[in-house]
Amino acid sequence: MRRVDVDDLDDLAIGAAVLGTGGGGDPTIGKLIAKEAIRQHGPVTVLDASEVDDDALVVPSAMMGAPTVMLEKIPSGDEIVTAFEALQSYLGREITATTSAEAGGLNSTMPFTVAARLGIPLVDADMMGRAFPELQMCTPGLAGVKATPMAIADEKGNAAIIETVSNLWTERLARAATIEMGCSAMIALYAMSGRQVKDTMIHGTLALCQEIGRAIREARAAHADPIAPTLAVLAGHRLFDGKVVDVERRTQTGFARGEARIEGVGDDAGATLVLQFQNEHLVALRDGRAVAMAPDLIMVVESDTGAPITTEELRYGFRVTVLGAPCDPRWRSPEGLALVGPRYFGYDLDFVPVEELAAG
Amino acid sequence: MRVGIDVGGTNTDAVLMDGRDVLAEVKTPTTPDVTSGITSALRALLDGRDEARSSIRAVMIGTTHFTNAVVEARRLVPTAAVRLGLPATRALPPMCDWPERLRSAIGNHAYLCHGGHEFDGKEIAPLDPDELRRTAADIAAKGIRSVSVSSVFSPVNAELEQRAGEILAAELPDLPISLSHEIGRVGLLERENATIVNACLRELAEAIVDAFHAALAELAIDAPVFLSQNDGTLMGVEQARRYPVWTFASGPTNSMRGAAFLSGLGDCAVVDIGGTTSDVGVLQHGFPREAAVSVDVGGVRTNFRMPDVLSIGLGGGSRVRAEDGLTIGPDSVGYELTQKALVFGGDTLTTTDVAVAAGLVEIGDPSRVAHLDASLVRDAVELIERTVAETVDRMKTAGGAIPVVVVGGGSVLLRDRLSGASELVKPDHFAVANAIGAAIAQVGGEVDRVVAMEGRSRDDVLDEAKAEATERAVSAGASPGTVRVVDVEEVPLAYVPGNAVRIRVKAVGDLSLEGLHAAG
Repeated sequence: MRRVDVDDLDDLAIGAAVLGTGGGGDPTIGKLIAKEAIRQHGPVTVLDASEVDDDALVVPSAMMGAPTVMLEKIPSGDEIVTAFEALQSYLGREITATTSAEAGGLNSTMPFTVAARLGIPLVDADMMGRAFPELQMCTPGLAGVKATPMAIADEKGNAAIIETVSNLWTERLARAATIEMGCSAMIALYAMSGRQVKDTMIHGTLALCQEIGRAIREARAAHADPIAPTLAVLAGHRLFDGKVVDVERRTQTGFARGEARIEGVGDDAGATLVLQFQNEHLVALRDGRAVAMAPDLIMVVESDTGAPITTEELRYGFRVTVLGAPCDPRWRSPEGLALVGPRYFGYDLDFVPVEELAAG
Repeated sequence: MRVGIDVGGTNTDAVLMDGRDVLAEVKTPTTPDVTSGITSALRALLDGRDEARSSIRAVMIGTTHFTNAVVEARRLVPTAAVRLGLPATRALPPMCDWPERLRSAIGNHAYLCHGGHEFDGKEIAPLDPDELRRTAADIAAKGIRSVSVSSVFSPVNAELEQRAGEILAAELPDLPISLSHEIGRVGLLERENATIVNACLRELAEAIVDAFHAALAELAIDAPVFLSQNDGTLMGVEQARRYPVWTFASGPTNSMRGAAFLSGLGDCAVVDIGGTTSDVGVLQHGFPREAAVSVDVGGVRTNFRMPDVLSIGLGGGSRVRAEDGLTIGPDSVGYELTQKALVFGGDTLTTTDVAVAAGLVEIGDPSRVAHLDASLVRDAVELIERTVAETVDRMKTAGGAIPVVVVGGGSVLLRDRLSGASELVKPDHFAVANAIGAAIAQVGGEVDRVVAMEGRSRDDVLDEAKAEATERAVSAGASPGTVRVVDVEEVPLAYVPGNAVRIRVKAVGDLSLEGLHAAG
């Protein structure tokens, strides 16, 4: 058990943006909201998964919608309380703790707001080990945990309980409700027992975010390579150093898809890396050959500072280093790949782990 | 004829221009009071040119007054930050991310009211006129002197902000009201911050503009005054009274625009080498490229128009060390160059000494650097060039070599070529490039909004935005025939249905000098 206070969130938000793999939204707003909530309600108690009682009721919390909308329509802070109360009364049980639905972007910091406002502990775990665009893409789902009953709420006080036949249906119905709620809503879903948290979630990702953020900050302060610590923490590979020479974006089926071309510098001079993204970076091709692909993590950071760059920020002229890191092993199973593998995202590629590709 | 003035932290530079010709240039020290610094610069400029006085058609001023006021938290008035967004946005009240010093300097008066829009144009909540009247009564009771109004998604739909502004103005007829959609872009906190900063500068803006008028009146110059903005365009004084925040960062912009003018290049990199640092920026169509990320002013995050400038610790006074491998800067002897550099009889090896030893320039006494090791001199010159070349390369927006224009007193450090540069240009009058940039500034108009593309053709949407930007440029004073669209940017928004795209269009044109005199 540890306490997380206002000053811990800066490192955490940087690390969350790294694990966001280009998506997950800018964590700044999420960080500011969490800081404000902790200032008002006090520090948050963070538990390791092993510290949770087997019969506890743990409910992951998250923001659903367009991160760009949240830059304008900032939450009231009450949304998630409304959602938790609705789910609690539907289930007829007190919720013991919350946890993260996603590691990465603003959803790493949002659960701190929930924990601070409701005065419940936050379990250091998440359901993806990175950022993914859809609700069914999570390890508890893979292990058979149902997303519903799920609660969704907006700032006006509207709340809905959704019951569905599959987690894919949850994504579809919740997406429709989110759009009606102004493209940003707070959700409470995948209610599970402490036992299920231990068995099906990815543990320690908040500590991991904090560790990455701290390592980047300390390396910068020491004028050391700010990328090496990220690689060390994630057992990652430096895939490419270069300069962004072209970014092409298009909106298809509600997601920001696109492609970035990076021309190599230094050891990579003469080579070109093409990054394909749909909110998150999904495939990296070096001179036409895949060097990393989803569900493995593909991260783009500024070469000089190690600062993570989201797909929306990516633009011509950035000096970037592209990193690849292995995803949680559960994603590499046939069932995992069916949910989040390259083919699910429309790429005609068979998954090969980043470490095998790096070994040539 | 026109006069360009750049009021910097150290020097006030002024130029007199006739069309494209620079007739006179002066550099005078900046004074604490606004009027006397400008009058002394103008007196020096017009000395012996009495006939020019009556043919001056416009005076363009670039100033750091407003930026400094915020950075120093001085001369700011108590300001109310009224936000329309309830029941949303309560999680982050206005000014919650401000430095405490600045927040207290303007009284920390935040008011959350109902209103605001969703991304698709629906209202989050209807405006509540009674709530606004109660807010106005509280503002009056507290002696607050300026009001900022921000509303969720006002860059897409400004109606609620305007109505709230009218209601508040009716209750508070003597208070200036700043509306966020007129000032910033999508991104509530950053836009609101810029609006609050603008609001707390409104009284200072009145005083400064009056001081400019007083300076001109003292010298019997009967010409309208314009202020240069951070994007390289001008605004009239009536606009400057309302939007002082738009003058922020006009210094680097003016120097880049001046460099473009002097060199005749519209698409190039500009390197402004001063005594301690060099600023590197990129011009596109004659205008500085803007920063994509939010910009801090005095610790406050804003998202308004700022040039994308990369500063490095390399200037004419940078120290050169050879002990543990050759290094240059980032420390500098700065304004003490003429005492400390070797060529001036000092004992510190600087970049200027290296340039003299290499025969790039004759300053001071060259015999004092004759003893320097030839390979050290060569290596230092090459390191300077490599540093500048790498910085330029980082700022480039397209592959391939581009022209590089060098201005500022430190331009002597560079030879006549640079790797990655198709040509290296060192124009005449390089020392007053910023005042020239002010003198030649154009006027612009901008549109920035989120559009649902579904059911509409992309061309129609873009044409509409371009026409509106052009219209805005003309209403800002551009002569209609000269206005052209200089920037179009489309960013698709993730997860938003209806193919929502954020569109930014900027149009600029030459300031219409005809009729200015009569109007001024």
